[in-house]
Amino acid sequence: MNITEKIIARASGRNSVSPGDVVFANVDKLMIHDVSGPGVIKVFEEWAKKGIDLEKVWNADRVWIAEDHFVPSADRISAENITKLTNWAEKYGIKKHFKYGLGQYGICHTLSHEEALVLPGEFYIGGDSHTNTTGALGALAVGLGHTDIAYAMMHGRIWLKVPETILFKLIGKKPAHIMAKDIILKIISDIGTDGANYKAMEFAGNAVREMSMEERLTLTNMTTEAGAKNGIIEPDAVTDAYINERTSEIYKPILGDDPHYLEEFTFEIDNLEPIVAKPFSPENAAVARELQSIEVDKAYIGSCTGAKLEDLRSAARILKGKKVKIRTEVLPAAQSIYLKALKEGLIDIFMEAGAVVGPPTCGACCGAHMGILAKDEVCVSTTNRNFPGRMGHIESQTYLASPLVVAASAIKGKITDPRDVSK
Amino acid sequence: MTLKGIVHKYSKDNIDTDVILPGPYLKIHDHGELSKHAMEGIDADFSNKVSKGDFILAGTNFGCGSSREHAPIALSHSGISAVLAPSFARIFYRNCVDGGYLLPLEIERSTLEQVSDGDTLEIEIENNQIHDNTNGKNFSISPFPPLIKKIIDSGGLMYYKE
Ligand code: SF4
Repeated sequence: MNITEKIIARASGRNSVSPGDVVFANVDKLMIHDVSGPGVIKVFEEWAKKGIDLEKVWNADRVWIAEDHFVPSADRISAENITKLTNWAEKYGIKKHFKYGLGQYGICHTLSHEEALVLPGEFYIGGDSHTNTTGALGALAVGLGHTDIAYAMMHGRIWLKVPETILFKLIGKKPAHIMAKDIILKIISDIGTDGANYKAMEFAGNAVREMSMEERLTLTNMTTEAGAKNGIIEPDAVTDAYINERTSEIYKPILGDDPHYLEEFTFEIDNLEPIVAKPFSPENAAVARELQSIEVDKAYIGSCTGAKLEDLRSAARILKGKKVKIRTEVLPAAQSIYLKALKEGLIDIFMEAGAVVGPPTCGACCGAHMGILAKDEVCVSTTNRNFPGRMGHIESQTYLASPLVVAASAIKGKITDPRDVSK
Repeated sequence: MTLKGIVHKYSKDNIDTDVILPGPYLKIHDHGELSKHAMEGIDADFSNKVSKGDFILAGTNFGCGSSREHAPIALSHSGISAVLAPSFARIFYRNCVDGGYLLPLEIERSTLEQVSDGDTLEIEIENNQIHDNTNGKNFSISPFPPLIKKIIDSGGLMYYKE
């Protein structure tokens, strides 16, 4: 069995499972945020009307809550959603509630690794499609809707179909101008946005082993854009070091043994060029240098995909001592990352370059608030989706790219390869 | 179970949840209010056109993108009883079934080409059959896997007994 199958087998109490099997599996960790949370509460309210009451959640210590999509509260409804969520969490004794303005908080998928809320070998479900991100820790991390989350919240179990797994072997040495973002955009352009529909995407190969945890997280984050059920990387020394810096909890890593894959792809990354996904699909890739005539109105460095500490460091490397030519927004993905960036002097670099630095939020990434795009505006962004209307007006456009490309583009006001800005 | 209704056809592949229910409305959890914005990203007039029981006919990978259950909720509360597409995105499909909102029906690509916008369909779920009353043709749907069928018959995951 490969790692995905082994975790499902463990969580469902079986000796083995095979692709296609449908099982009920025990959940180790569960996350909701300020969009899925009120949705889940609404499901409970509907069930209560039909006589099914939630007396307690299956395990309050294993549930955690992020406030990320609509914080800082954009309007009255968003504010009331936060109040509702807070009251609900208190009623059911959920203590891990990362509140905006109260210590550590941030984007849910960033907290999952920053706070080591999920550990290798665990089965983790979240009320958000990019829950896949956390698979980089060697966990089975799967995004689900409100009803499924509500069911699991009540029973501690949920049904799963064991997915087929596609293995992506990344080999070679990553050039300095290339980030994991370029690699995953390349993979998605090759296999398409439904290329891994219902399947697991596992990453291996020397290039993955040599990658930092944060870079690995970018790979798994965007498996969602290929339709995957989960993205996963077998844990190793890098994983252990990352987790042990953040928690003293004991965990039991799971590795594949005699693994089987539906398909295997090998990607050599030595000669990869910086890649950009053009509107309106993450699979719509082009080499950055081919797009250098595209004028851009805004550069966005934010989100669970592209505002981790190393993402900010990469952007700062390009922006140091430079001025941005277009409106540029930098939103660290969590409060802890913001603070680390501040201490390292990255925030000075961004502000001296003329960018605005904002609090962690999903706001602009999902076109909800905090800097959405006007009609016909063009954005180059470290985020993960560029569907019509994703970041604002239905006739706005988003180009997805690495933090290096976004920072370089901010300086030139056009899509720019990081090698083309002077040192 | 037999469903009867009119087809609203959007042939595009990859109709995503940002199109089915745009991001700014994610803060809304009132089902009636959500239904007013269904399919707003592709057809601003959608909610006025739909009658109870109607169908959406669409291209492959319908419902890709976010996990927002708002998407199937908005469709179902606007009156849609089933979406017919050659394939669905994983979370959207689960949400439809587990929430008991509407049926995701997998069809052949050729069915998408042969059924027109505005056709009246009768769909027999037990026999996996579609009758197009407008052009007289018959088509098949892929049978539901056993667990999915049981959840549908229970009225959603909550009412399903393991
Ligand atoms: S940052 Fe964007 S992609 Fe990530 S969870 Fe928030 S809205 Fe979703």
